[in-house]
Amino acid sequence: MFRTGDTPLPDVIILTHKLTRAYDMGGEVVRALQGVSLQIRKNEYVAVMGPSGSGKSTLMNLIGCLDTPTSGEYWLNGQKVSDLDDDELARIRNKEIGFVFQTFNLLPRASALHNVELPLIYAGAGARERRGRAARALERVGLGDRMEHRPNELSGGQRQRVAIARALVNDPSILLADEPTGNLDSTTSAEIMAVFRDLHGQGQTVVMVTHEHDIAAHAARVVTLRDGLIASDQLQAA
Amino acid sequence: MPLFEALRLALQTIRTQKLKSGFSLLGVFIGVASLIGAWSIVNGVNRYMTEKFAQTLFGVNTFQLRRRPMFTPNVPDSVWRAWARRPRIRFSDAEALNAAFTVPVITAWQSSDNQTVFYRDKQARDIELTAASERYFEIKNLRLALGRAFTAQENRSGAPVVVLGDAVAQRLFVDRSPLDRSVRIGGNAYRVIGVVEKQGSVLGFPLDRFVVVPALSPAQNLVNPPGILDAFLVKAQSEPEMRLAMDQAEGIMRSRRHLRPRQDDNFALDTSEGVQRFWAGISRILVVVLPGVVLVSLVIGGIVIMNIMLMAVAERTREIGLRKSLGARRRDVLRQFLAESVAIATVGAGVGVVAGIGLTFLIAAASPLPASVSPVSILLGVVMGAGVGVVAGVYPASRAARLDPIAALRQE
Repeated sequence: MFRTGDTPLPDVIILTHKLTRAYDMGGEVVRALQGVSLQIRKNEYVAVMGPSGSGKSTLMNLIGCLDTPTSGEYWLNGQKVSDLDDDELARIRNKEIGFVFQTFNLLPRASALHNVELPLIYAGAGARERRGRAARALERVGLGDRMEHRPNELSGGQRQRVAIARALVNDPSILLADEPTGNLDSTTSAEIMAVFRDLHGQGQTVVMVTHEHDIAAHAARVVTLRDGLIASDQLQAA
Repeated sequence: MPLFEALRLALQTIRTQKLKSGFSLLGVFIGVASLIGAWSIVNGVNRYMTEKFAQTLFGVNTFQLRRRPMFTPNVPDSVWRAWARRPRIRFSDAEALNAAFTVPVITAWQSSDNQTVFYRDKQARDIELTAASERYFEIKNLRLALGRAFTAQENRSGAPVVVLGDAVAQRLFVDRSPLDRSVRIGGNAYRVIGVVEKQGSVLGFPLDRFVVVPALSPAQNLVNPPGILDAFLVKAQSEPEMRLAMDQAEGIMRSRRHLRPRQDDNFALDTSEGVQRFWAGISRILVVVLPGVVLVSLVIGGIVIMNIMLMAVAERTREIGLRKSLGARRRDVLRQFLAESVAIATVGAGVGVVAGIGLTFLIAAASPLPASVSPVSILLGVVMGAGVGVVAGVYPASRAARLDPIAALRQE
């Protein structure tokens, strides 16, 4: 059991310890997370579930280093990130986390290749290196022949694959997906889940927030939140 | 994000939003174009004044003894009235000075008024009739295209001969030779003995609408009362000698007019510097007005750009959230939007520079104003444009940089 003052074991990628997050909503304090302790190891494939208001978005934002906890600790890849400042969090997001959003969030006027290059720009990589790595990431998700296409020239599934390539391009510790199939039909959803499965098979740690049971079923472990606390944490057969 | 990436992104945004960017850079464009255009005119006239006007038209090392200064900006009425009460310059003054100069000088009498010149049934109106002595042509640098100037002998005897300015010759004789023809000035017949080379114009004033007759010829009565001169022209061989001659002229005139030491001169000694001071007075007004116009345009341009940038930040909130989630730091976002606003303003300034130069050439070609582009104004224009971009961009860019990534990503 992890205690305050400890450091996580080397193969623990994500460790939260009594993580809380409270919001001040016009005088009324909303406790979105009320002490979440969670450990995720390297190469796990975890789905975070829960009804709306359960705190799963808040947990997702904290894990994604977009937000800082009110109290508790958060360790990511051996580094305590719960008390870092804005710029350091930006660096962590850049190096350690690959986001995949429900709405893809691609720059509409930029080519697939340029979209995938974005994290590398903020990592300070040179133009040639960026192109090479972005091209390899696109090939990894099967879009090697669509690099110069703009998002509006791609199907929904292809767009989400561009977003996945963008998430992977900086070799992050975790792939963090927020309702990755929320905007996709079931055929395309299955396609994206196949991509996730392949990535997981290649050793990628995947954390996916979803409210759909059949999507969560693709994960090896399902963490369910309710009222800001972990209600269940189950391994399931692949 | 390196500066280069920020700039590339900014230019790409301008390219994809041509119309919006076009409007937003209009203010800076107008400001810089007017700066360069107006500056070019001032610059051109300055050069003209110092090089051509002062050197050739007024004459090098030349001064004029007059009742009052020729070029006088902003003189109060009281001063004008005092000048009008001054005694006039007399033939006898000129003769006394001629006898007294100890440095080698050439001198000429000059009196002028507007008259009509007739040839048969043709007439040339509003012609400057100048009654002058024979060295006038030399002092004024008037070279003859045809015939000859009058001689000292003709001047003394008041011979009815006339030298025409080019425009008068053209008007009355078209392409025939005017030599030895008889024109009438104030009822007297004058024989044409020469035509002066074409002089062109200064600031729109034609310089060829004149005729010159001997100072003592019958027409002298048309320009001044007997024995009176408008100006006595003195040309020395060098600047120091001109100063010496001016001192001598001042001393002699003061003693001829019995001025006590404390009294001011009641005559004027004009040099080409006086003309230049006059022009400097005018150009100073431009120098005061011009920055006002430029400043207003730039401020408006800055406000427009700031608004456009605020709109851009609002429109692209989601993009900003995304960039932050992908690792953009505050300073990266700040730099991105600042670069965009500076790029818009600088492109505006650049187009303004091109337009200003175009305007200058247009003015130079289509009007008598001599305009010439000053490199300093180009530099200043671009620097000011970029400065406007920075000032206008700081607030929108810092707003973008401070956006909370979660809220920004959630925005529709």
